[in-house]
Amino acid sequence: MSKYIYMDNAATTPVKEEVLEAMLPYFTEKYGNPSSVYSLGSESKVAVEKAREQVAKALGADKKEIFFTASGSESDNWAIKGIAYNRRNKGNHIITSKIEHHAVLNTCKYLEKQGFEVTYLNVDSDGVVDLEELKNSIKDTTILITIMFANNEIGTIQPIKEIGQIAKENDIVFHTDAVQAVGSVEIDVKDLNVDLLSLSAHKFHGPKGIGVLYVRQGVRLDNLIHGGGQERSKRAGTENVASIVGLGKAIELATGNLEEKNKKLSALRDSLIEKIESKIDYVKLNGHRTKRLPGNVNVSFQFIEGESLLLMLDMNKIAGSSGSACTSGALDPSHVLLAIGLDHETAHGSLRLSLSEFNTEEEIDFVVEKLVGIVDRLRQMSPLYEKIKGEK
Amino acid sequence: MYSEKVMEHFMNPRNVGEIEDADGVGEVGNAKCGDIMKMYLKIDNGIIQDVKFKTFGCGSAIASSSMATELIKGKTIDEAMNITNKAVAEALDGLPPIKMHCSVLAEQAIKSALLDYSKKYNVHIEGLDDVDFSDDHHDHIEEE
Repeated sequence: MSKYIYMDNAATTPVKEEVLEAMLPYFTEKYGNPSSVYSLGSESKVAVEKAREQVAKALGADKKEIFFTASGSESDNWAIKGIAYNRRNKGNHIITSKIEHHAVLNTCKYLEKQGFEVTYLNVDSDGVVDLEELKNSIKDTTILITIMFANNEIGTIQPIKEIGQIAKENDIVFHTDAVQAVGSVEIDVKDLNVDLLSLSAHKFHGPKGIGVLYVRQGVRLDNLIHGGGQERSKRAGTENVASIVGLGKAIELATGNLEEKNKKLSALRDSLIEKIESKIDYVKLNGHRTKRLPGNVNVSFQFIEGESLLLMLDMNKIAGSSGSACTSGALDPSHVLLAIGLDHETAHGSLRLSLSEFNTEEEIDFVVEKLVGIVDRLRQMSPLYEKIKGEK
Repeated sequence: MYSEKVMEHFMNPRNVGEIEDADGVGEVGNAKCGDIMKMYLKIDNGIIQDVKFKTFGCGSAIASSSMATELIKGKTIDEAMNITNKAVAEALDGLPPIKMHCSVLAEQAIKSALLDYSKKYNVHIEGLDDVDFSDDHHDHIEEE
């Protein structure tokens, strides 16, 4: 196989041709500022509003509820800080989970320094939050629940509708970081009782540097970016027109035939998991076996370390990622893998392969064949494997 | 991120394996940090005749182990004692700053194996009395 096999779609995705084509005119010919009154400006304005409608349709929302931001991280920051500061007179307690993306976790940690109190919910060994623990954590001072839709590392999907219901019953605002879920899972914000939702275009074949915060009508939150009157005076800054157009096109394509696409993708995912589990010993699937993103595979190979695995995969033109500390420069491995109860050694040996509609069964077979050899090679070098063999 | 030399040693590591009747065996690091190095020495007449290693760890940990074995093979105990982590890193044409601890681990693995040898054969080795194999090889910088 001569071409690169890309299985890191949870990190980012290539921009689709149709998306790029839709974007290109807005860099050169149609460069007007949407706030300008002349026709060049209003042309851009129309394009932005069309994209807003495309996003609203994909989420089952109204276009007035869609606000463009510069990233998923900005959306998370805005949602959490915006609610925290707006509802400060009502209370100072926020509930989140231990397996959130750092955009949520580090925002919560920042707010703790500002006098807010944060509860970090545990998850079970599959990575699912416990609804009883959530209910028991609610206090009179709870103003916000922020729980991710689906986990970026292990792919586990949370019971969002139930969480939304609990929040609603207790008059608490519910935000979900849906960066990994949009374009992969059917989402209807009304049906799911979601008040705020973050998404990012580059996870579903749109451009990088553009995101959305969905804000249910009637939910009030403070601004994060202060300035001009863009985005109905809620988010200042000249609109990134080309990227907004790209996001609109990408979300339309991604949610268009979701059911059919997901059937194929989850079959591919399960085939990859099945082949890895049947051909390699001492392997553990991380995350829920069925309640997981259709493209997510996350496994731990015992006795070896993830970065070496990634380097050897790269030598074979295969791209994946790992929760090992050595891939991030941190001392500890992934907080998600530790939260689902993995010991450090097993967490260091994790490999995430995240698939897209562009991956094939042929690629799966090639990757598994290479993995068998690489895992064996690294184990032959590992003093931990030597011990296990000795005990056998 | 890695030099060509690191990648070359990672992909084709020298002296991987075990020595069954080793004169000195040292193991440093721990699984918690994500790297463990085990080094085996065969010593005759104060000269390291053979050396093998096994490593659980990242690319630079494996490359550092491989380079360390090359640097001490055929050398005297004194010469091996003088191999610093810097020497290992330099021989690899440098390591990224966050990976320097891998070369520290390689230096410690050599010393740990020599310490085992000195105890086994009751030989005093200059410089081993005050050596510390605690897990401080990680110079961890917390992000604010």
